[in-house]
Amino acid sequence: MNKDYSDIIKRNALKPKYLKNFIIAFVTGGLIGIFGQGLADIYVNLLDLSRDAANSLMSVTLILISALLTGFGVWDYFGAFAGAGAFVPITGFANAMTSAALEGKSEGITLGIGSGMFKLAGSVIAFGCASAYIVGILRYIFFGA
Amino acid sequence: MKKSTFIFNDTVYLKSTGTSVGPLEKAGPLGEYFDRSYEDNYCKEKTWESAEQRLLDDSITIAITKSGLKQDDIDLALAGDLINQNVISNYVMRNYDIPFLGMYGACSTSMETLLTASLLIDSKNFSNILVAVSSHNATAERQYRYPTEYGVKRAESSTFTVTGSGAAIVSNQKSNIRIASVTVGKVIDANQSDPNDMGSAMAPAASDTIIRHLNERGVNPEYYDMIVTGDLSKVGSKILVDIMKEEGFDLSNIHDDCGKLIYSEDQPVFAGGSGCACSAVVTYGYFKNLFDNKKLNRILVVATGALLNPTILLQNETIPCIAHAVALERCE
Repeated sequence: MNKDYSDIIKRNALKPKYLKNFIIAFVTGGLIGIFGQGLADIYVNLLDLSRDAANSLMSVTLILISALLTGFGVWDYFGAFAGAGAFVPITGFANAMTSAALEGKSEGITLGIGSGMFKLAGSVIAFGCASAYIVGILRYIFFGA
Repeated sequence: MKKSTFIFNDTVYLKSTGTSVGPLEKAGPLGEYFDRSYEDNYCKEKTWESAEQRLLDDSITIAITKSGLKQDDIDLALAGDLINQNVISNYVMRNYDIPFLGMYGACSTSMETLLTASLLIDSKNFSNILVAVSSHNATAERQYRYPTEYGVKRAESSTFTVTGSGAAIVSNQKSNIRIASVTVGKVIDANQSDPNDMGSAMAPAASDTIIRHLNERGVNPEYYDMIVTGDLSKVGSKILVDIMKEEGFDLSNIHDDCGKLIYSEDQPVFAGGSGCACSAVVTYGYFKNLFDNKKLNRILVVATGALLNPTILLQNETIPCIAHAVALERCE
């Protein structure tokens, strides 16, 4: 019985600013990448770490920075501006977990923070593990142990 | 077809109102019209949910105080909010010794409660009814969207839930504002499913109610000084005017939207404000003031509501919407 309003709705729709968002995401994501690379290089040169160990430490540092900035209430503004630039690097994952954990604080440590922190990140972890498993098998089949 | 508009002949009045808001609403262009405001969204409480309860409690207390009535004089309270199981209203009503009915119509609850109260007063079984609604940006965000500190790019068409609460006393005793008529909304599903664009989903519900109201009352849009929608925002407002034009009604000069009025262009609210409190605080704060100062004579407030929940949307459902209309008139 409802009328079809789709034409009117369509012709009044806002056009997403794809180009502007692409450029902002490219630049901000790139800057985070450069920053991470710089950190890893510093860790290799100053701390005398192997490249692998330095990369791991760099990831952890980025997670720490993003988590802290989330806690200080700053990261959401940056994320809203940068979009995929902040979301795709590991910083986005850290923000997803920290923000969900903060949100759960009012429901207590176990059920609020403990289970709440995986609300957004849970599916990333699930599909990350599943795809790692599949890629691992494929690698074994085609390239050996 | 059966009539859905009810006309009251000087039987129902808006006796008093009370409003309380968060900091962003206070900083907006209508800030001076709200009775109480808080410096941050926690409103001196420990959780967002308690903050919303405080806002609702404030507006109810203010409305009762301004009315000069005692709790004993109030026959019934109708209240609602956006949080699951209407908990904010249910919990706040613990503090009052007033018979209570919880109501839910998403963001249309503001006018749903006012409309129901008017019909009940007109029935002569009630003398004074309290109506109240609340919404809070953080409680709504965590229920409908993401954690507050989650950094994600929001669609330009998305709306920003108003933090605040509006309450009013509807009475059979004469005051300077009378409730002239009400139109009960129907659930309209325009086949939209984007929760980040509720203006588009709700506009057809608003036009349906407005057209029925105008036809059943036999008046033109110009009969009103303003036809105000609740939270269609920038996107939905354009669609509403467009639909009405196709149906032969020109709203372009008299339509406005509470979601557009409550914030200024430079506030970070995307397409505009939304939530039960959006239409409530603008009507009970700003429009009430304009009536009191004789700057308005007759308005139609059409509160729109998107009747979704996040679970059912994940099941690929569309968003049914509703709009309830209340006509307010100044009387000497």
